[in-house]
Amino acid sequence: MTARLTRDDVAKVALLGRLKLSADELERMTSQLARVLEYVDILNEVDTEPVEPLAHPVELANVFRDDVEQACLQREDALANAPKTDGRFFVVPAILDGNN
Amino acid sequence: MSILEATASQLLDAIASGTSSAVEVTTAFLNQIERHDSTIGAFLHVDRVGALKQAAFVDEKRRTGKPLGKLAGLPIAIKDVVCTRELPTTCGSRILEKFLPPYDAEIIRRLRDADAVILGKTNMDEFAMGSSTENSAFQVTRNPWDPSRTPGGSSGGSAAAVAAGMAPLAIGSDTGGSIRQPAAFCGVVGMKPTYGRVSRYGLVAFASSLDQLGPFASDVAGAASLLEVMAGHDPRDSTSVDRPVPEYSRTLEQPLSGLRIGLAGEHFAEGLDPEVASAVRAAADVYRSLGATIVDVTLPHSKYGVAAYYLIAPSEAASNLARYDGVHYGHRAAKFDGLIDMYATSRGEGFGPEVKRRIMLGNYALSAGYYDAYYLKALKVRRLIRNDFDRAFEACDVLLSPVTPTPAFKVGELVDDPLAMYLSDIYTLGANLAGLPGISLPGGFSKSGLPIGIQLLGPPFAEETLLRAARMFERETPWHTKRPTLQVAS
Repeated sequence: MTARLTRDDVAKVALLGRLKLSADELERMTSQLARVLEYVDILNEVDTEPVEPLAHPVELANVFRDDVEQACLQREDALANAPKTDGRFFVVPAILDGNN
Repeated sequence: MSILEATASQLLDAIASGTSSAVEVTTAFLNQIERHDSTIGAFLHVDRVGALKQAAFVDEKRRTGKPLGKLAGLPIAIKDVVCTRELPTTCGSRILEKFLPPYDAEIIRRLRDADAVILGKTNMDEFAMGSSTENSAFQVTRNPWDPSRTPGGSSGGSAAAVAAGMAPLAIGSDTGGSIRQPAAFCGVVGMKPTYGRVSRYGLVAFASSLDQLGPFASDVAGAASLLEVMAGHDPRDSTSVDRPVPEYSRTLEQPLSGLRIGLAGEHFAEGLDPEVASAVRAAADVYRSLGATIVDVTLPHSKYGVAAYYLIAPSEAASNLARYDGVHYGHRAAKFDGLIDMYATSRGEGFGPEVKRRIMLGNYALSAGYYDAYYLKALKVRRLIRNDFDRAFEACDVLLSPVTPTPAFKVGELVDDPLAMYLSDIYTLGANLAGLPGISLPGGFSKSGLPIGIQLLGPPFAEETLLRAARMFERETPWHTKRPTLQVAS
């Protein structure tokens, strides 16, 4: 079903997945993923033309609840595990530089 | 009665009648952990102070005649994938090494309500991805029956803790067999309930349409009592099913008359160890001798299960694990160049090799151009697998099968061969894809002295049938009474 997985494909997926891989990891990952992808090709033996996908074992309709105010996590608790805060907000590096 | 060898039900009775106090029982298990966990490595965190405080609270409740919960004074080990308020919850990952959840999972709330005593958090494959517990970022867990072998995974710490007499009960999570496989490797009972039977609120997500929490115990009655407390609807998990929970422990001793046991030819595939195959056939003979009918059924798509699973589970994982961004909680890299690089570097440093592989595999299967060929194809095959089970359960009440192709493998044996590790899940992951309940129970020993598990699978919400059927077998066989001889570290 697919062309052979290349190192460039893997590097591109790593970028999309926000995952920094070393050169070694990239190399190993390429051959390991290629083997797994080769294996999953056996799914092509199965005729699935009229079959509906099953995304979830309990095929649910929407679940609603009344829109009632409830207690929620306190700010202090919500921030307690953050790598960096100013006591009020999560702190992240600048997203926009001065020119934007 | 030796506290460490007693079953959960015996301990409950002893505490309720005052023969033993909850503090005595808890102390005995804490001491066993102290004595043996340096060799076994089942626990990532032991809460000695908290456990003894809770045990004393239960004893005080009893002394003053207050009503006791269903698990009053019973110590329990929790897989480190379940959020416990102000107790470390690492998921076996560096990325959550310092995480202290600000809330309890729903099952923890239920355990506390039932007056259980939480001993600590058990080791696991990182984010529950693995079948040997070797993917933990922190330590290797050893099989109490043979320390050169793995306890299975991903709930290897919980299974090993029960097998080694370090906890009478434990909680695990099962996404592709992660309760049943380690239960089989360690010679204990482990159950994966129907998808939706137990709330996933506070269970750190791996693959949301497959994950389910379940009990470990040294016997079927222990698993039944624990499931009874865990199960039930929770408005905070909209996939939890609103349906009454039977009192499993009350009906357990009632044998099922006219029981139809299904055997599927596909469950005796190439690669199945002959000793495992003969344990399953011997179990069929036990059921036959109890008046059950053995029925041949077929599961024609089961051979595609591993391939479908290893596309669906990583796809869901890739999406779930996007939350580890070094912003709200978890590891943030010390050095980076801008926001995107902060994400990528934090994740690259925080995740181990197997988690990275699954994130990559999932993102690949979901990416433009491959979504139809991989992810959607796998979901269609998943429907066919579910249909196979539905058809089989028209002819039988439960399916009897192996849990694993072999008994426990050696530490290091499969760790560099991800595909071989994935193939070891072949008999368990069908239940996750289809959302069915399954139980693994001791079914014998190999010539080399390793436990062999047998598995019973049932249609959705057939937990009561599964537990009663499991108990019928257990009553006729000695396997669950065997305990490993532990080496004491010098």
